[in-house]
Amino acid sequence: MISQEIVDKYEIVVGLEIHAQLQTKSKAYSSDPNEFGVDPNTNVSPITLGHPGTLPRFNKSTLEYGVRLGLACSSKINYENQFARKNYFYADLPKGYQITQDKTPLCTEGFIDIEDDSKKHKRIGITRIHMEEDSGKSIHDLDPYNTLIDLNRAGVPLLEIVSEPDIRSPQEAYNYLTEVRKLVRYLEICDGNMEEGSMRCDANVSVRIKGSDTFGERTETKNLNSIRNVYRAIEFEAKRQIEILENGGEIHMETRGFDAVTGQTISQRSKEMAHDYRYFPEPDLQVVFVDENYIEEVKTKLPPLPNELKEKYINSYSLSTYDAEVITEEKYFALYFEELTNSTSNYKSAANWMMGSIKSFLNEQAISIQEFKIKPSQIAELIDLIDEGKVSNTIATQKIFPAMLENHETNPRDIAEKNQWIQQSDTSALDEFVNEVLEKYPEKVKEYQDGKTGLLGLFMGEIMKLSKGKADPKLTNQLLRNKLDL
Amino acid sequence: MKKYLNLQDIRNDIDNGILNCVDLVNGYIANIKESDNLNIFLEVFEDSALRKAKEVDEKIKQGTAGKLAGMVISIKDNICYKGHKVTASSKILEGFESLYSSTVVDKILKEDGIIIGRTNCDEFAMGSSNENSFYGNVKNPLDEDLTPGGSSGGAASSVAANLCLLALGSDTGGSIRQPASFTGTIGLKPTYGMVSRHGLIAYASSFDQIGPIANSIEDINLILNVISGKDEYDSTLSKFSEYDYLELVNDVPRMKIAFLDCYLNHSGINPEVKAKTEEVIASLKSMGHKVEMVDFDLLDQLVPTYYVITTAEASSNLARYDGIHFGYRSKNAFDLESTYLKSRSEGFGPEVKRRIMLGTYVLSAGYYDAYFTKAQKVRRLVRKRTKEILKEYDFIISPTTPHPAFELGSQNQDPIKMYLEDIFTVQANLAGNPAISLPIGKTKAGLPFGIQLMADDFKEKSLLDFSHNLINNFALKKA
Repeated sequence: MISQEIVDKYEIVVGLEIHAQLQTKSKAYSSDPNEFGVDPNTNVSPITLGHPGTLPRFNKSTLEYGVRLGLACSSKINYENQFARKNYFYADLPKGYQITQDKTPLCTEGFIDIEDDSKKHKRIGITRIHMEEDSGKSIHDLDPYNTLIDLNRAGVPLLEIVSEPDIRSPQEAYNYLTEVRKLVRYLEICDGNMEEGSMRCDANVSVRIKGSDTFGERTETKNLNSIRNVYRAIEFEAKRQIEILENGGEIHMETRGFDAVTGQTISQRSKEMAHDYRYFPEPDLQVVFVDENYIEEVKTKLPPLPNELKEKYINSYSLSTYDAEVITEEKYFALYFEELTNSTSNYKSAANWMMGSIKSFLNEQAISIQEFKIKPSQIAELIDLIDEGKVSNTIATQKIFPAMLENHETNPRDIAEKNQWIQQSDTSALDEFVNEVLEKYPEKVKEYQDGKTGLLGLFMGEIMKLSKGKADPKLTNQLLRNKLDL
Repeated sequence: MKKYLNLQDIRNDIDNGILNCVDLVNGYIANIKESDNLNIFLEVFEDSALRKAKEVDEKIKQGTAGKLAGMVISIKDNICYKGHKVTASSKILEGFESLYSSTVVDKILKEDGIIIGRTNCDEFAMGSSNENSFYGNVKNPLDEDLTPGGSSGGAASSVAANLCLLALGSDTGGSIRQPASFTGTIGLKPTYGMVSRHGLIAYASSFDQIGPIANSIEDINLILNVISGKDEYDSTLSKFSEYDYLELVNDVPRMKIAFLDCYLNHSGINPEVKAKTEEVIASLKSMGHKVEMVDFDLLDQLVPTYYVITTAEASSNLARYDGIHFGYRSKNAFDLESTYLKSRSEGFGPEVKRRIMLGTYVLSAGYYDAYFTKAQKVRRLVRKRTKEILKEYDFIISPTTPHPAFELGSQNQDPIKMYLEDIFTVQANLAGNPAISLPIGKTKAGLPFGIQLMADDFKEKSLLDFSHNLINNFALKKA
């Protein structure tokens, strides 16, 4: 085992390649439906099957989705987009080549902002984002003798997102992937489910002595199927490389796989065995030109992005970074909050409702905010009731909110009135309760007046009981003090 | 059945009540059976052709027949027709049936053309003598010891032997024009991007173009009206692909015509072919056209450039024939890799394998720039120079082939010699412009050879008008 001291001498350098499956209606180069979970080999026309004489037809939605992501990563959008063929044989690749982009990727020079290990802001460069098509799926574990092939996935559009080797730790890789996933979900171009394979990740890992300005030889660990596994694979791979170097060995460029059970990376293919993909311009598709007008058009349709919202919540709404992060984690949750803050300016209270009662309810029911029946305007009204002193926080969360869940049509003010939960703020009614309680506990009154001021809580509690919780606590407190503090 | 040379004659006889489509198709089928030894057809679509003939006869009676009513057409065995076999003359697709129809077939059927069968060709359209067919070579109907040319050798022969009125072939480097030249027929390679390639089994995607072979310019003109034009399935079609000229013009204006010095003085050219070309040039001048010699210094680069790029594209286009999803699978395969190796080794013929290897080589890391990138640069130069000439001149005139049809078996041991068959035809494929071979020449021994005219992109209309005029003039002289 290598000591932590030695490990600390090294710096980990990571670049990630992410494949994001796009949620377009049809495939990248045919009109076959792009849907998940249908019977095998049903979304397959002669084009998907790669039958003789078929030609690809470019799906313009792929381009739009790519430009969306490019803009969200502040990338340069390439004007002249040529497609290329990447040639290799595999059973789930019916044409014997994949249509992708080689020398003219759709987007270049973008970036995504993340937090580093010490929670400081860090910028990760995006080298390129390009359009390509997915292969079919080989299924090795359903039949004991045969590999089964499902071509429903063949031709599904992908964006490949290639980062600069700017990532310096497993945690940064984790944060970067989380950010990319959040982004594609906000843009609604990919569902981001790594477990289902709709987002996949390859990690290029190398190590070098801290302070060195050259990169070490790297390995590529392929097909990592969760953000957690990306973290684990990088952690393992970096340690493995450090151990080799410390023992006087050399790192060889190779492709590795990851075993999620053992947490180890395993060599699959050396550089000598690497494919020569023989990229060349795809002669069956014309060059696609992306002009300024088109880019502007896509730009105007962009949804609010998580980082923009987060900054607004921190800087303009004075929310804590944590609150802002939780609220922007998921698009529609954030959009609910946006609507809520259009109806109330008590942002802090709005945030508390989102992260408290609403989130708990969603978690309990295992539903998304889109299935949540109560309108933001109703929550805003509830916040107003509290702010006006009409109901206490306790009544609002424990009585009115549950009642609204029961019957989401009724507004909170009516519920409160109907159930006589409006706080009693008129002093005559309260006076009676105060007197009643003080008369009931003459000895306690004496003790209080002798200095045991902690007893105030007891009197408050009793008054609350009598008023069935409707007593305005502030007012009650004031009245009590007036009577007791002679 | 009498030999019809154009659709108009057929329509006249139908209108006069002495012919109907069913009899016509039966007549051609009888001819096909009689000339079975020429190996022109790989399959006759007897049922579907007769069914269509019946339908067209009915439509003619009702006055609802389409533009091609009465036209019996053969398709090269690399053009897909739903529910019919298509093999590209390869063992690897033996028995393969297409799930869909090519756009050209759909368009022809919609205009009531009758498709009579699929014609033999070089495997995957790779060859110049039709000797690369897995199903045996085609014999030239004019002389059975000779090649009909290739790769559309069956297509050209089907017209020359009166087995149909018109044939669809495909032209990647001369595969329509060279067999037309060798069989005394007219063959047109349209501008790249004029006719949809959807349903044409690809050889080299940026070169391949479907075109007609026939005995008359009228029929060539008519079919071009039908098969050209937009198709959502082929994104390489040009916005200028619509061709809408049903009438040919008889009186053509005075034209400026170029002939390329290096073509005519090429060392491999047959003296009779050279003499005839010079004679045509002289008579064009006497008709008042301006014919001038023009420099073209890229002749020696044409064939190598063509073979680098076409084989590169072919190596990728033919990757799908892997024994996994369709087509031939070796019985000796025992795992994935051996399925690829054995199916492809056993399924492809030697010339196809040679081109796949060549194409794979020129695209390989370390060789890519020296071959593929360089060839693309030369292709751009060829296109630029050709465009320059065609900006100044209406047409470029040359022989279609350096010599008339050669003997079967005489060249198939020497691939380089065979590749040089394409020397005059590949320019139009590299540059993309249209070119036509006209059956004007004949040797003393009676063998036909073609004169080629090239025009600028999408100038098919003036090319066909002029060709029509030229053929008429030379036909008159002959008489």
